[in-house]
Amino acid sequence: MSILFDATSRVIVQGITGREGSNHTPNMIKSGTNVVGGVTPGKGGTTFAGVPVFDTVAEAMQQTGANVSCIFVPPPGAADAIMEAAEARMPLTICITEGIPVNDMARAAAFLKEHPTRLIGPNCPGLATPGAGKVGIIPYQILTEGDIGFVSRSGTLAYEVAALLTAAGLGQSSCIGIGGDPIIGTTFIDVLRLFEADPATKAVVMCGEIGGSDEEDAAAYVPQMSKPVIGFISGRTAPPGKRMGHAGAIVSGNTGTAAGKVAALEAAKVPVADTIFDIPGLVKQALGR
Amino acid sequence: MKIHEYQAKEILRRYGVPVQPGKVATTPDEAEAIAREFGVPVVIKAQVYVGGRGKAGGIQFGDTPEQARAAAAKVLGMDIKGLTVQKVLVVPKLEIAQEYYIGIIMDRASQAPVVMVSAAGGIDIEEVAAKTPEKIIRRVLDVRWGLLPEQARGMLAEAGVPHTVVAKGGAILAQLAQAFIAADATLAEINPLALTPDGQVLAADAKILIDDNALYRQKEFAAWAEPEEANPLEYEAKAAGLTYVKLDGNVGIIGNGAGLVMTTLDMVARAGGQPANFLDIGGGAKAEVMKKALLFVAKDPQVQGILVNIFGGITRGEEVAQGIIMAQAELPPGMPIVARLSGNGEVEGRAMLANAGLMWGADMRDASQKIVAAIKEREQH
Repeated sequence: MSILFDATSRVIVQGITGREGSNHTPNMIKSGTNVVGGVTPGKGGTTFAGVPVFDTVAEAMQQTGANVSCIFVPPPGAADAIMEAAEARMPLTICITEGIPVNDMARAAAFLKEHPTRLIGPNCPGLATPGAGKVGIIPYQILTEGDIGFVSRSGTLAYEVAALLTAAGLGQSSCIGIGGDPIIGTTFIDVLRLFEADPATKAVVMCGEIGGSDEEDAAAYVPQMSKPVIGFISGRTAPPGKRMGHAGAIVSGNTGTAAGKVAALEAAKVPVADTIFDIPGLVKQALGR
Repeated sequence: MKIHEYQAKEILRRYGVPVQPGKVATTPDEAEAIAREFGVPVVIKAQVYVGGRGKAGGIQFGDTPEQARAAAAKVLGMDIKGLTVQKVLVVPKLEIAQEYYIGIIMDRASQAPVVMVSAAGGIDIEEVAAKTPEKIIRRVLDVRWGLLPEQARGMLAEAGVPHTVVAKGGAILAQLAQAFIAADATLAEINPLALTPDGQVLAADAKILIDDNALYRQKEFAAWAEPEEANPLEYEAKAAGLTYVKLDGNVGIIGNGAGLVMTTLDMVARAGGQPANFLDIGGGAKAEVMKKALLFVAKDPQVQGILVNIFGGITRGEEVAQGIIMAQAELPPGMPIVARLSGNGEVEGRAMLANAGLMWGADMRDASQKIVAAIKEREQH
């Protein structure tokens, strides 16, 4: 079992013939993901990586019964691609694209509030469910099946921690990167709720970073959960006011500091790992393994 | 991207916001000429990318053209928080009866910009927000609609400003929202919005930040970037397509992915080192990019050694190793480098490094400890 994505999911790739889409679609298929089609306006009627390409998301859904879309469309058209998925009432869309103007995302976020679509990302690695496949760019070979739910704001840090969990014999139910941008579709607290409701997940690892208040908001929800949560916060040594690559990872004033986030998590009785190497040990401790 | 006050005012003027007249001077002569053109008294305002310029002495007054000249001479070249003042804005001194705050900022929690209005302006709005949040009227902006003039007037009325400011300021606030959306701003504020004794309402100061992700379509503003006022290495990095942030330590850091690089900084600090920078080379980097990144980090004279931490999802270990080996000839002699490679091609990459007599770390902790030790050892010799 898993959250959001499993072996029954039918995935289309928006921007399947572009540089990123064409690069990553074969990897998704190789990981076992049921990719049923792609969308590139103007390339409808052709095929790519063995699947049919459509001009629009609506057509692709109609023809393939897709219920998940993965967006690799470059920044200028990415928000439009999100809204196209929402307009077609795609249940889940995962936007990998990095560098979308924040005003475009504000527009897409307002649009999504009026549609039934859940967005993950943008500027994220996507999600993976070991045994079922992946949607996005998470290196699938580092994962193994298990009962740990894993959510991270950052991509490569997620890979690093997932590899540590796997090496420690802690397999994953699902792994999700929610993205580092200021405006994202799904936040930590949303993912914690999903893991809490998933019978296959026994504990959750949450890797946050400086900036914003998503980690603090999630911490406030943890006391209502029946499952243990293990935390980690990246960027403890980052100086205030400096933008560390992720548009979201900027500390201004007293909000969004690593210390504040660690304190909020600890107040919610969440063990916070000092370094990523301490995460597997804390998970085992929490589960009594 | 930061822009200057005079540039922010130029943007606002295009959307109809009444702005004080004024001109930019880069020499005392020019400042004196502008004072003569507009008439005295004038205010000389330093144009730098940091706040708190008033407290630093970056705002001076001139009651005569000669005094304007002297004031400009004092402010030009002044150091404000590490930045040298290259330009001053010369404006006629404004009689102000009352000051207000209007601003729009992109807000994560709302997934939208938030419009803020306060009857208490001209001061640190963050302090007002922290101490007396009830004095700030907020409204989430739907960027598809913009801010309707009636909504803008409603906010000002709720803030308790005089009738004339509800009318005139409401129009200005709606224009500010137009400018915010059209210019791809992440922050746009007028502070203070000034009411003059004769009933004019106008922007006495303005601040706008432009979204870096939107610079591809805001070409005019992109061209306003000034190398001499940002950190020169950071400016150069941006031009080279690298995500680089200068820090104060001596351990150069290169990694892939913002979260991983931040975690690497933390790990180096934990190992007793001081990171010199943040550099994210992104995914799938080839040997050439690795080499370029190493040579770039080594340009910082504070750097005594470099840690390379690559998680190989798409990036291959051999490419990283090849890049490090290629950079050797051009790096300062004896500069220690420790590379941590994992994932695809890690075994091959490590073998290449070992053959070239270079250091590698088994994981990020091991590599952090090795680079800190190597720098300390080198310092002792």
